[in-house]
Amino acid sequence: MSHIKLELKPEQVAKIKEICKSFNNDPGELINVLHKTQETFGYLPAEVQEVVAAELNISVAKVYGVVTFYSFFTMIPKGKHPISICTGTACYVRGAEKVLDEFKRILDVKVGETTPDGKFSLNCLRCVGACGLAPVVLIGEKVYGRVSPDGVKDILKEYEEQ
Amino acid sequence: MTMETIKLTIDNKQVEVPKGTTIYKAAKKLGIDIPVLCYMDLHDLGVENKPAGCRVCVVEVEGRRNLAPSCATECAEGMVVKTHTTRVINARRTVMELILSDHPKDCLTCPKSGRCDLQNMAVKLGIREIPGQEYAEMSTYKKDFSPSIIRDVDKCIMCRRCETMCNTVQTVGALSAVNRGFMAVVAPAFEQDLEKSPCTYCGQCVAVCPTGALTEVDHTTKVIRAIADPTKTVLVQTAPAVRAALGEEFGMKPGTLVTGKMVAALRQIGFDYVFDTDFAADLTIMEEGTELLDRLTRFLNGDKSVKLPILTSCCPGWVNFFEHNFTDMLDVPSSAKSPQQMFGAIAKSYFADKLGKKREELVVVSVMPCLAKKYECQRDEFKHDGNPDVDFSISTRELAHLIKEFNINFEDLPDEDFDRPLGESTGAGVIFGATGGVIEAAVRTAYELYTVKPLPKIDFTELRGMEGIRSATIDFNGLPINIGIAHGLGNARKLLEDVRSGKANYHAIEVMACPGGCIGGGGQPLHHGNSAIIKARMEAIYREDAGKPIRKSHENPYIVKLYEEFLGKPMSEKAHHLLHTHYFSKKKDIYIK
Repeated sequence: MSHIKLELKPEQVAKIKEICKSFNNDPGELINVLHKTQETFGYLPAEVQEVVAAELNISVAKVYGVVTFYSFFTMIPKGKHPISICTGTACYVRGAEKVLDEFKRILDVKVGETTPDGKFSLNCLRCVGACGLAPVVLIGEKVYGRVSPDGVKDILKEYEEQ
Repeated sequence: MTMETIKLTIDNKQVEVPKGTTIYKAAKKLGIDIPVLCYMDLHDLGVENKPAGCRVCVVEVEGRRNLAPSCATECAEGMVVKTHTTRVINARRTVMELILSDHPKDCLTCPKSGRCDLQNMAVKLGIREIPGQEYAEMSTYKKDFSPSIIRDVDKCIMCRRCETMCNTVQTVGALSAVNRGFMAVVAPAFEQDLEKSPCTYCGQCVAVCPTGALTEVDHTTKVIRAIADPTKTVLVQTAPAVRAALGEEFGMKPGTLVTGKMVAALRQIGFDYVFDTDFAADLTIMEEGTELLDRLTRFLNGDKSVKLPILTSCCPGWVNFFEHNFTDMLDVPSSAKSPQQMFGAIAKSYFADKLGKKREELVVVSVMPCLAKKYECQRDEFKHDGNPDVDFSISTRELAHLIKEFNINFEDLPDEDFDRPLGESTGAGVIFGATGGVIEAAVRTAYELYTVKPLPKIDFTELRGMEGIRSATIDFNGLPINIGIAHGLGNARKLLEDVRSGKANYHAIEVMACPGGCIGGGGQPLHHGNSAIIKARMEAIYREDAGKPIRKSHENPYIVKLYEEFLGKPMSEKAHHLLHTHYFSKKKDIYIK
């Protein structure tokens, strides 16, 4: 018998219930509930989806189906320092892919993943409107321009102590 | 009031249809059969699967730029539709080529080969090559093996018929479409194995899957090995619903009864004893009927601790369903084991003693219309020191394979009789195969045991039919007994919720997981949602009952003998030990309350 005790804190469960209740526990509001829940928790782990399903009286499979359909929803927590690499046209033709490969190699994660220590998460985006600086990398709010694969190590070094 | 109608032209023919009718159905009215793949119409259940996902059914609509999926496009006044222009046929081919480009090409060894809707469509549309394969990789997923069902989702074409069955009809909620684009697939939550989901193994998803994405776990090889092993005595038991459908696999008309031929075939295959689950169904009635009367009498005497209504417990899909969803009511169902398991328990005790053999020397095989039975016979509580009461359960479809593999000319077989003693049954045992049958069989026995009078009439037609939820009151010589019946798990959920909330007041309820009861089971020849086939099988079941010399379980002479020689009386200590069980909560503690 698979008795799985999941480790959400009671106050976290209460918070999810509160969000569901603010939408009258209406299954039709699933997407809005998930938006609000992700806003609160930063991501939507399996445990959270199970609570949402129980509160809205729908199957967990259905909730998971919606979470995996919309790219906005994520089941992986963002790192302390979220890295976004622009792969828009301008950045791409100026070598964004090589820069991305170097981040992947050093951090040993794929796009959309977070390092096991939770420090960095790696994502791509399309154009930040700074094409003159291509290729562009964002870490948190900070913008790095004209990044070369060789420079990736130095950029990451800035975050070593943080 | 007259219904608003719409006139349109399809392939130069005029047709008038009610407002809201789809082009596909309007064409059907004209005898034009537009090819469909993902579409599924479960007319009698009021359920239609039309995600318009495959686009095979596209047609040309005059004045419209794009082709329209006919399964999901409603007719409009004056519409002019063409169903087989060059453009339409080219589009259908392209659609098929794209689907096939991401589909494995192992048709030769695929379990669905020959009965695959995708394969048939490729034949129909004359697909001879699949261009573009060299440019693209195929999406690949892990195969998922559960005790009853195999998910090979590389073969999923996203028709979502299984999802409609699992969610809309059965309200089980094990499956959902997940991910998007190339990676889109139907899967349980978090893409875990079916075994970790609320799946009941009812097998209705397998019954409607157009491809080899969902199939049953095949035990025929193990059965052949057991028969070939000289140290084993191999017994087979056949469920009531099998005889009413097996003939379809050999091209016979739905509703053809093949009881005698089936027995002859099983003997030719080499089973040492050919027995009948119907015998155990009679035994179930003795135990369950006695339990009903016991609870009823105590209730009438003012015992507040007694739980009513009693719920039938012969259907393993239903048992799984309440173990997942009605965990607060685990003491409400009858504790009686299912006929399959009662048979196994008696075969490996009473009958083994008669043969002078140890239980390990016996192999019990069951032929079932059901996939959940495969899981049921593997449950720990149905094993004795690790040795299961029933070793292997095979479906009606697997038996048909076995008969073909053994090169038996089924149609020409003579009728043969089951072996004694575990092959003798009554009409009450037979009707277990149709919705309402178990409770009718129980009423036939309970009435006579309670009133100590013979039944004025044996047929309780008020308990029969195809309505999803039915109820009737039976007069037990002045005592009105309220009976509820549900088939299909969605209907069962509704009925049970009414019981839980106190809205419904029943003494006994029969539930069958599959629409129609076992005759519509997940292990039966595929009926593609055609309820005329289910009805024909149902008629066959009642025909078999009507033709039986004995039609009440308590009058089965071999059941009487079994109690005299071995069990004592119903619900005796020995009967309890061998024929009753208990239930477990399968609900996950999803969060801290």
